[in-house]
Amino acid sequence: MTLLVFTLLLLLGAIIAGTIGSLSGLGGGIVLIPLLTLVLDVDIHYAIGAALVSVIATSSGSAAAYVKSGVANIRLGMFLEIATTAGAVAGAILSAYAPTSYISILFGLALLFSAGNSLRKKQEVIDTHSSPLAKTLQLEGTYPDHAQGSIAYGTRNVVGGFSMMGLAGLLSGILGIGSGAFKVIAMDGIMRIPFKVSTTTSNFMMGVTALASSVIYMQKGYIVPAICLPVLIGVLIGAMIGSRILMVTDPKKLRVFFAFIIVFLALNMIYSGFKGKM
Amino acid sequence: MKMNETIMQNAVGNLLKYGVWIVLSVGIVGGLIFLSTHADATVDYRDFVENDRSIFEVLREIAVGISEMDGASIIYLAIILLFLTPFVRLILSLISFILEKDLMYVLITLIVLIIICCSVYFGYAH
Repeated sequence: MTLLVFTLLLLLGAIIAGTIGSLSGLGGGIVLIPLLTLVLDVDIHYAIGAALVSVIATSSGSAAAYVKSGVANIRLGMFLEIATTAGAVAGAILSAYAPTSYISILFGLALLFSAGNSLRKKQEVIDTHSSPLAKTLQLEGTYPDHAQGSIAYGTRNVVGGFSMMGLAGLLSGILGIGSGAFKVIAMDGIMRIPFKVSTTTSNFMMGVTALASSVIYMQKGYIVPAICLPVLIGVLIGAMIGSRILMVTDPKKLRVFFAFIIVFLALNMIYSGFKGKM
Repeated sequence: MKMNETIMQNAVGNLLKYGVWIVLSVGIVGGLIFLSTHADATVDYRDFVENDRSIFEVLREIAVGISEMDGASIIYLAIILLFLTPFVRLILSLISFILEKDLMYVLITLIVLIIICCSVYFGYAH
């Protein structure tokens, strides 16, 4: 394949990955890796490097809007970043030593889990109670709402959420993904923070988490400019297309459809992992 | 204090937004140079070749490449600028926590910065 053909295919693929990522709420990176490895025959390590670049770009692009609107909880994000960055450093070091086949299988499993989670029902009951540790760390907050002006919420189970964030960071470091699904579970499922705050804070944290593994990726040679640039541009275009589509259609119906695509990709990754090992 | 927080949220928001646009502009310039000089080259990324270089070696090589108007190095510069946006965001948060005299969060931000600096050290074999 010549560079020109490769670049065009990559750009097209990244646009598709970015669109699916934004419509399914899973982010561009997670769809991008199967596309690069299964369709374009790129080694998973290079795919991981490119995915990380796209994660930082989409996180910075969309977090800009969330931070300005005041929905993301900056103190909470900052505190939990201790766990995610520590996890990400460990993960990035591990990923350099792990064989491609193991990474494929782990990726497939993380993908399956994220797809299942995107279909989960979210409970929208605001819990105003905070645990003593959450109060010491000033983790409770308020977010603006059209109907009621501002909604106050509390934070519970700080230790549990912090541990889950460590795991999210570890996966992010090994796989180059934002692992948004795991971050949201830590905040919305374990710490009982409103879903809207969880997703925006998770997005806000992705950039810093990815930064922790990016230096290691650079040193290990995961970052290939010829792969990263078309991916970066494509995923950003895809994210824009995705958000336009979301404005005019019902995301619920789309989510089921994309969950099927993602399960299919996940099974393919697991299969290719096992095949590679034999 | 509330005032301070709003200013900080705006600063962080603008940083993230303009950061991405700067990255894209630099990247596209590099990409066009790279494509125009290598369009017919064959590519093969099937096998991963592990590098083991310190970040300083990587940066030096990129600096040399940029001075020679090498497309790939200019793209790499864009990627580094992209990696810097969350880093600058951390520094802005640190400054705002210092201004608020929130000692606990100054400390928390410093811990995050230290972990990131550690990644430079642990990332390659010495």
